[in-house]
Amino acid sequence: MSDIKEKVRFGFTVNKDRQIDYDANSKKLASTVIIAEPSLNLCISCGTCAATCTAAQFTDFSLRRLILLVRRGEVSGLENEVTKCMLCGKCQLVCPRGVNTRNLILQIHKALKNTVL
Amino acid sequence: MTFNLFVIPFFGGMLFLLAVIIIRFTAWLATLDRSGRKKLGHGLLNGQIFPATWEVFMESLLHRRMFRQNKLLGFMHMSFAFGWFLLIVMGNLESRIYSGNHLNPPYYPIFLKFFVHDKRALPFELYTLPGFFRFIMDFLLLFILSGLVLAFIKRTRSKWFGMKRTTQHNKLDKWAITSLWLIFPMRLLAESFTAGVYQGGGFLTNTLGMAFASFLPVEHLYYPAWWAYSIALGVFFVTLPWSRYMHIPTEVLLIYLRHFGIKTGKKPDSFTDIEIHSCPRCGVCIDVCQMNYAGKTDATPAYFLRSLRYGKQNAIQDANCMLCGRCHQVCPVQIDTVGIRMASRYIDNVLVSPSYNYLDSIQIPEPRVDMLYFAGCMGHLTPSVKKAMVKILDASGENFSFMDEDGSVCCGRPLMMAGLPEAAGELIRKNTETIVKSGAKTFVTSCPICFKVFSEEYKLPGIEVLHHSQYLLRLVESGKIKVDASPVLAVYHDPCELGRGSGIFEEPRRLLNKMVCLADISQQREHALCCGGSVGDLAMNYNERTVIRDEALKILLEPNPDLLVTACPLCKKTFDNGSDVMVMDLAEIVSERMPESSDSTLFEAPVTQSRQQASLSQEAGKEVKFPVCNPELR
Repeated sequence: MSDIKEKVRFGFTVNKDRQIDYDANSKKLASTVIIAEPSLNLCISCGTCAATCTAAQFTDFSLRRLILLVRRGEVSGLENEVTKCMLCGKCQLVCPRGVNTRNLILQIHKALKNTVL
Repeated sequence: MTFNLFVIPFFGGMLFLLAVIIIRFTAWLATLDRSGRKKLGHGLLNGQIFPATWEVFMESLLHRRMFRQNKLLGFMHMSFAFGWFLLIVMGNLESRIYSGNHLNPPYYPIFLKFFVHDKRALPFELYTLPGFFRFIMDFLLLFILSGLVLAFIKRTRSKWFGMKRTTQHNKLDKWAITSLWLIFPMRLLAESFTAGVYQGGGFLTNTLGMAFASFLPVEHLYYPAWWAYSIALGVFFVTLPWSRYMHIPTEVLLIYLRHFGIKTGKKPDSFTDIEIHSCPRCGVCIDVCQMNYAGKTDATPAYFLRSLRYGKQNAIQDANCMLCGRCHQVCPVQIDTVGIRMASRYIDNVLVSPSYNYLDSIQIPEPRVDMLYFAGCMGHLTPSVKKAMVKILDASGENFSFMDEDGSVCCGRPLMMAGLPEAAGELIRKNTETIVKSGAKTFVTSCPICFKVFSEEYKLPGIEVLHHSQYLLRLVESGKIKVDASPVLAVYHDPCELGRGSGIFEEPRRLLNKMVCLADISQQREHALCCGGSVGDLAMNYNERTVIRDEALKILLEPNPDLLVTACPLCKKTFDNGSDVMVMDLAEIVSERMPESSDSTLFEAPVTQSRQQASLSQEAGKEVKFPVCNPELR
């Protein structure tokens, strides 16, 4: 039966219903980072940064995802994520919104160490 | 009589100053790192002390670099430094001859005219030059006072001294400068009054003294004037170690240490502290700093170093700098402002700890080649440059490999600029491994940012690191590539990291002169502007960068060129977004001027366009100037 269901869906699946849980998430990090680098507010999550990223050629690092997670407050595991950036600055050059991405990365690094989440 | 109570402010101040300087210098030298101490030891023994002493004479006394900056500024400074130095030397000689004693109290020569006022010529002078000392001491005083007058004028007419802006001093500096400015007028008054009473003095003090005596009770005035002179000296000496005037002793130490080969470290250490204390806040760097355009005057080196010295700097001040090095270029003390900025970022970013474990898993290809080409991260954002380079290299028949064709590990320079040398070290290790394994003898990169770190920080034995401007010139001059000339009028923008950063000014110009008409601009070579796109700055936002870029473009496009040429992908990308004139990289021009090139129409298009614009503005009554650099071609 399940086999037939799978076939009807043509291999597509539907993600489990999920919502942002503010009991578990913390927006503290985002607010700290925004004060330190206000241009984060300009980000429209277009993903141009992730597409050009030097580190992304070797890892699954994505600045777009990183920013989304920071904004949502899903901060667990971010520490290992942000360390992959080589700070080369390509993302800053391609960003259509003029986000100061290099400083953003540095500020996320610092906020992760400084903020009690 | 060789003592009077009024010498105490001077003498106390002098002893205090000496004690502070000895303590500071000892502390600095004792806390040099191991390699610094080693270099200090070697330097003292291997004769470096002589060129260093010569530089101390030329810079600390004659102020050669200040003269180069502006003649009036140089004279003003020299009159203070060299004039005062000579006054001390001659005063000492004079007092020795007067007293017939080699060991006089240190205050004796300073206040000699108070203690000795007989007019009899000295035995020494009697047979050589009568009245020599009376003349020379007055002349030197006049020399210093002329500098003082200039310093007064500079307060309101700084433009005469080649400075648009001057440093806004803090309270302590104002105390110090006031006392310094009072010293010599007070000396003049004290000596003149004394000369008025005792009919002594030279051409200046005697004349003035007699004039004063005719309408002033000089016999009551001369003693308080000596007190005022001594107090001015005392206040200056006591404020000196905490004011800008600490640069006087510290610069001497700095020059010696620099000659011994000590350089600014990657982290703040005692050498950076010496450099910080050597800054006189003369403000020459303020005008050249492009951060002014972005309204960030407090980030200019004079203020930045001041904040650093008093522990008041913040991370934003550290981050607000494009590391272009224009300030270092003009600095009369040659303080490594760029290095200090990077070192202080080290402290700011001490919590930033990247980890690049994934580098180990990257497979290194093993093609045996003669030459490696590295486009660099920024190079990948200007694909036309990459394409041009590949085309040229193919045509030259070079056995090459495109090291980062499918993406690269960053060179590490951006991390170093952010004050993260350890993290950069990881990238450097990986790239070194890749380069060495390739077996290449030549390594060529298109990116000056990469070039600087590859040539300075990488240890690549037997491998020559070149920027593509150098390599392309070599190809053209050796005949491996042929290029033809064109009537295009171009200006060349020196990228910071290539020009000032690595000293490469000539190669790009020699190469360009074979292909285009090169016009001079007002700010070029060592004085070239930063494009505003620098990865050196961490804090500026996009709009502020745009302002800096547009100001730079104004100067670059002054000669009305058809083409703006640069040799850095980041400069190209930055200018591209704001220039009406076509922006091209050197490599692109070479590729298009190769005879077999089919796409030279692209090269002609901007020319036609800018000619049309020029004729339009000529019709509109505007004057259009085209510098003639190669009349045959134009």
